Amino acid sequence: MAEVLDVLVRIASVMVAFLLLPLIVGQAEHKVMAHMQARLGPMYAGGFHGWAQLIADGVKFMQKEDIIPRAADRRVFALAPGVSLVPYLVVMAAIPIGPGLVAADLDVGLFFVLAVMGVGVLGSIMAGWSSGNKYSLLGGMRSAAQLMSYELPLVLAASSVAMAAGTLSLSGIVDAWQWWWLPWQAAGGVVFFIAGLAELRRPPFDMPIAESELIMGHMTEYTGMRFALFMLAEYVGIVVLSALTAVLFLGGWHGPLLPGPVWMLVKVALLSFVVIWLRVSYPRLREDQLQKLAWIGLVPVALGQLALTGLVKVLIV
Amino acid sequence: MTERMVGIGAGAKELATEDMILNIGPQHPSTHGVLRLRLMLDGERISSAEPVIGYMHRGAEKLFEVRDYRQIIMLANRHDWLSAFANELGVVLAAERMLGMEVPVRAVWARTLLAELNRALNHLMFLGSYPLELGAITPMFYAFRERELIQAVLEEISGGRMHYMFNRVGGLKEDLPAGWLGRAGQAVAQVRSRLPDIEGLLLGNDIFLARTRGVGVLDRHTIMQYGVSGPIARASGVDFDLRRDEPYLAYGELPVKVATRTAGDCHARFEVLFEQLRVSLDLADACLARLAELPPGPINQRLPKVLKVPEGHTYAWTESPLGINGYYLVSRGEKTPWRLKLRSASYNNVQVLREILPGHLVADMVAILGSMFFVVGDIDK
Repeated sequence: MAEVLDVLVRIASVMVAFLLLPLIVGQAEHKVMAHMQARLGPMYAGGFHGWAQLIADGVKFMQKEDIIPRAADRRVFALAPGVSLVPYLVVMAAIPIGPGLVAADLDVGLFFVLAVMGVGVLGSIMAGWSSGNKYSLLGGMRSAAQLMSYELPLVLAASSVAMAAGTLSLSGIVDAWQWWWLPWQAAGGVVFFIAGLAELRRPPFDMPIAESELIMGHMTEYTGMRFALFMLAEYVGIVVLSALTAVLFLGGWHGPLLPGPVWMLVKVALLSFVVIWLRVSYPRLREDQLQKLAWIGLVPVALGQLALTGLVKVLIV
Repeated sequence: MTERMVGIGAGAKELATEDMILNIGPQHPSTHGVLRLRLMLDGERISSAEPVIGYMHRGAEKLFEVRDYRQIIMLANRHDWLSAFANELGVVLAAERMLGMEVPVRAVWARTLLAELNRALNHLMFLGSYPLELGAITPMFYAFRERELIQAVLEEISGGRMHYMFNRVGGLKEDLPAGWLGRAGQAVAQVRSRLPDIEGLLLGNDIFLARTRGVGVLDRHTIMQYGVSGPIARASGVDFDLRRDEPYLAYGELPVKVATRTAGDCHARFEVLFEQLRVSLDLADACLARLAELPPGPINQRLPKVLKVPEGHTYAWTESPLGINGYYLVSRGEKTPWRLKLRSASYNNVQVLREILPGHLVADMVAILGSMFFVVGDIDK
């Protein structure tokens, strides 16, 4: 009985985090962007500084007509938002936020997380292909190209940490973390974060969406709840990326004074803020420039980090 | 059982790629209205481009022929809705020249001032919208914050925020309100002081440079062939500005600095726009100083009830914010023009797209389209 209860509590807490954190990040994006741009952002919904804006948006999305274009491949079209959302939910279950505080502590957590995150991109390729719209198609193709080039630096950077800790378990990595890993793994951390941004298709790497070129890319034909699911996937993605970066490179729950989970949340919040900040201040890269950045910028840096990690490991042991 | 040899390039025939025709517009966010571009795409590379215009054609030139000169001003200020004052100017200059009418000196200086404020408004709009097309959302809000300041002073004198209708044949509609010069000066100073906000976000930004440097290069020859004018021409080294080269209004007495670049790419066009904005603010300051010194006097002429322009023809061209804006006025001595031909800047400027788009990617198409600084109403008239 206690075991069943334990599992239920874990599932419930992941669900709560899954539903709550993206909303907080989304609301923070509204407000942070607004204040950076000399405006106020939402002010009315819910009364106090528009705190309920995203809930209101959700209600609106639910009331909207669910349109599937005649030219669309119905099944794939309907499935795509789910495919892009669910992987992030699964990933969330594997991320530890405190010692022992993890829904599913896997021995190969890192491997699992990276593998599952890659699936999310399939959703946008499916959406782009099935919409029967030229803009969506271009968006889907751009997504595919982006995934291909950014998976590699992402994995290389992550494997450097795994090498340093000598384990693939996310909890194990955080346990092994020392403060001096910060400078040691800094280059890898930057590569991981940038590659993660590109995988999430967040600005400045949002050319699959690029509203001024491709309207909304693979999401062009989506309305109502399905569109909302895509948006939700984007914000869950931010949370997941920030949490993973915190776990792998910033020491997860390590930190003075405050309790572990609080430190973890603080780190996630700070990284999410950086994600928002980048959106406010950068134009969008072109697709070929992005590929160039990945192949001649990030991959060599990640390889260099890997070599450095190996070198230091050999010297210490 | 058949034996198959599979080597490099196998299946290439079956997987033959074909060109895709993509219609950008008439409803597309980066066309600012209803311009349509018919692109032939090979992957994302443009193999041919054809601008299709006319979705917003309202027959302005034909309507001019059945309106008297007071009404024409209202029609004329609408085709380029971002430079309403500059559009009015050509019409009244043409009519005044035909009538041989002397405009009061205060009106001349006030017109110059308003033309420059209007230019600043127009350029601010593009300084905000161009980065937006490249994915930078913030400059738009900064630009609109500054626009609001200038719009407020223009609204105070004319009552309009876009279509001022402040020109009259023979001068301006009304005198400037008391204390307005000071408020206008403050607005100009404030706008100038906050320009570094936009500049700092963009001009040194690596991504912005990567997206605009060497993209959409227009050479001098093509500019001349297509009659491209304004900031786009000056970015390709065509050093021509009517304010300096054929002064109208009070520009002859003002030190008009003409911003030019030689690169001819999107970045050069953006830089020219930025420098022109600075120059406009300086010119506005000079006009304000001069207006403050001028002795009181009339600001317009008393017109007859029925304004008839004597028989003849004239061509009045002015340096509109987006380029050369000309009116060819033919009158047969009636109260309406016999013909009023409008030469608008954007119409000529977008024609050149056919030349520069092929060979670029779709993403560059947006960068180039945005850097052509056009207003669809100005194309379609």
